[in-house]
Amino acid sequence: MSLKKEFRDQRITAGLLKSISRKTRGFPHAVRIMEVCGTHTMTIHRYGLKGLLEESGVEMISGPGCPVCITPNEIHEAALLMLTDRENMVLATFGDMTRVPTGKGSLQTAVPARSSLLKIVYSPEEALDLAASRPEKEVVFFGAGFETTIPSIALTAKRAKEEEIRNFSVLSAMWLIPPPLRAILEAGETAIHGFLYPGHVSAVIGSKPYEFIAREFRIPGAIAGFEPNDILLATVSILDQIRAGIPRVDLEYKRVVDPAGNPRALALMEEVLEIKDAHWRGLGIIPRSGLKLRESLAPFDAEIKFGLSIKPGSTDLPGCRCGEVLRGILSPAQCPLFSKKCSPDSPQGPCMVSFEGACYITHKFGYSQKKTGTRAVPEENAGRIRKTGR
Amino acid sequence: MKEVVLELGSGGKLMRDFISRTIVPAFSNPYLKNLSDASHLPSGIAFTTDSYVVDPIFFPGGDIGTLAVNGTVNDLVVSGARPRFLSLSLILEEGLPWDVLEKILNSIKRAARAALVTIATGDTKVVRRGQADKIYINTSGIGRIIARPRVDRIRPGDAVIVTGTLGEHSLAVMLARSEFRLESRVRSDCAPLGFLLPFWKKGALWMRDITRGGLATVLSELAEKIPHAMVIEEAKIPLSRPVRSAAEILGIDPLFLACEGRAVLIVAGDRAERVLKDLRITKQGKQAGLIGRVDDQIGRQGELLLRTVTGGLRLLEPLTSELLPRIC
Repeated sequence: MSLKKEFRDQRITAGLLKSISRKTRGFPHAVRIMEVCGTHTMTIHRYGLKGLLEESGVEMISGPGCPVCITPNEIHEAALLMLTDRENMVLATFGDMTRVPTGKGSLQTAVPARSSLLKIVYSPEEALDLAASRPEKEVVFFGAGFETTIPSIALTAKRAKEEEIRNFSVLSAMWLIPPPLRAILEAGETAIHGFLYPGHVSAVIGSKPYEFIAREFRIPGAIAGFEPNDILLATVSILDQIRAGIPRVDLEYKRVVDPAGNPRALALMEEVLEIKDAHWRGLGIIPRSGLKLRESLAPFDAEIKFGLSIKPGSTDLPGCRCGEVLRGILSPAQCPLFSKKCSPDSPQGPCMVSFEGACYITHKFGYSQKKTGTRAVPEENAGRIRKTGR
Repeated sequence: MKEVVLELGSGGKLMRDFISRTIVPAFSNPYLKNLSDASHLPSGIAFTTDSYVVDPIFFPGGDIGTLAVNGTVNDLVVSGARPRFLSLSLILEEGLPWDVLEKILNSIKRAARAALVTIATGDTKVVRRGQADKIYINTSGIGRIIARPRVDRIRPGDAVIVTGTLGEHSLAVMLARSEFRLESRVRSDCAPLGFLLPFWKKGALWMRDITRGGLATVLSELAEKIPHAMVIEEAKIPLSRPVRSAAEILGIDPLFLACEGRAVLIVAGDRAERVLKDLRITKQGKQAGLIGRVDDQIGRQGELLLRTVTGGLRLLEPLTSELLPRIC
């Protein structure tokens, strides 16, 4: 049996769910666990865990872990203006960044200035190679990412300097995962009984950066992989911690994550980047939550190189409530625009664009929750879902 | 000032709206109205056209020439016509190496012979360097109608059958662009679908070649036209190993990947097993699979549902825009 199959094995899934049901018995309310990472949101919906967990007494809430979503509109607009107002530019970015709607349209619907163009890339390295092969163009890599993607962005800036690729720069939207979790907890807008910590981010930063959550806020958590049974295993761990009253950061993704993180990636980040206060969509300015290139790399920082003025203040499209979705206080289906005015075909906010956006995922996979096909849910199940779907 | 944006060509809502709100009303006539793969004209003639701008022009399993023949041939086959004649228009960029042009013309020759069509007329234009990208091809095709698709006869219990594995064409082209830096032996499935013609007489009510937007898009467009739902089963959808792995690594959904030599058929329920058996005897249909049914017990009218490997149901909708892999 392959590793992948084991982590998707339905019998194991059933066993874990039974164990979860047992452990939540006796709680006066559903146990609310925030999955921080968008890729977890994807697995939870794709494999129907959302409903199965609800029936077992666990309510999953999506968190701020979608880099495309939490990048505020002023940065998206700055990228758009670079493309439409400057000649001879190549704006290179990840696919879903190009469809984020702003008051000025999206990168996909913008018409580039003469001799400028938008290029969808799959890695920061590809943008750097493009700059090396097209010295006559100014290549700006518009990179949004968390600790998973940041080392590769950092590496391109470092290489650009070493290899003197002067026509390359980075418009950065680099975000750290732990600070918004603190911001959400301090705001206290929503009850969170546990955290499902991201697997890939943790592979870089390790488990220590989350420890303040257990220590200061007394909230349990577990680092999880991305297969269905990974997530259920981590949920079991969180429930055990709640029952024992001893919160900690449990590592349930040992096949990938080292508790100390990835020292080489961390060293590279330290060498190339410095921490700054950053403005997040929906969460406001969070101290020490973003990264920028160090001063020695200023010539490769698009914001400095092109004298961009990126200031909080640009507004979301009317009615868009992505900010509240990202804070975990609104579920996608509670947004009045959800699946009506706002759909993947005509998104009104980034959460409906990104593959890791809670709205996109709920729209795409949330068939039974949308209640469009009432006959899809057998009678007895429908009753159970209603009962536990507080 | 309103200008054409790239997204207009992406196969998403913008394009569908453009066709239905701008193109169709402008030339309003009964032939255009159906928006089918090919128009059925008087005197038993079917007519279709398509332009080819694939990048790169060579990819494992084919090139822009084979595509230009098979794409147009297949549009005729799935609309119930036996392909007969093609036109061939070439738009060439100044500086295109001669051997590249010759290689593509050879591919066209071989593909036309294999698909039993005659290139009966053509045109060549050359534009300045930079005004086109190497080579664009347009082909139009004429065929003799042998059957009429009967969407109105589709009933609950009818079978959804795919003629082979999904997504190799998309994946081969994506990998040939070397943007993913993955290596794979995947080859485009680009091929003529003429072998499907006899199945019009064996119980096929409707066919579509699974091109842009993939199986999910093609079937959800059909679902919208019938008063029932359709349910397909994830576990039964034939996928080759390379597509399965690439989908896993890149986060791409094979249901939205394009093919250029595969079709999906709706077959009357009582004749489905026989059709499947006969398909599997053909060279191109060895991996055909019965993947679902038209249904009036589950879901609602117009819905295309996927029963996932874990048993849940998922609503499938047409492709929104060109596939964009997730970013972390």
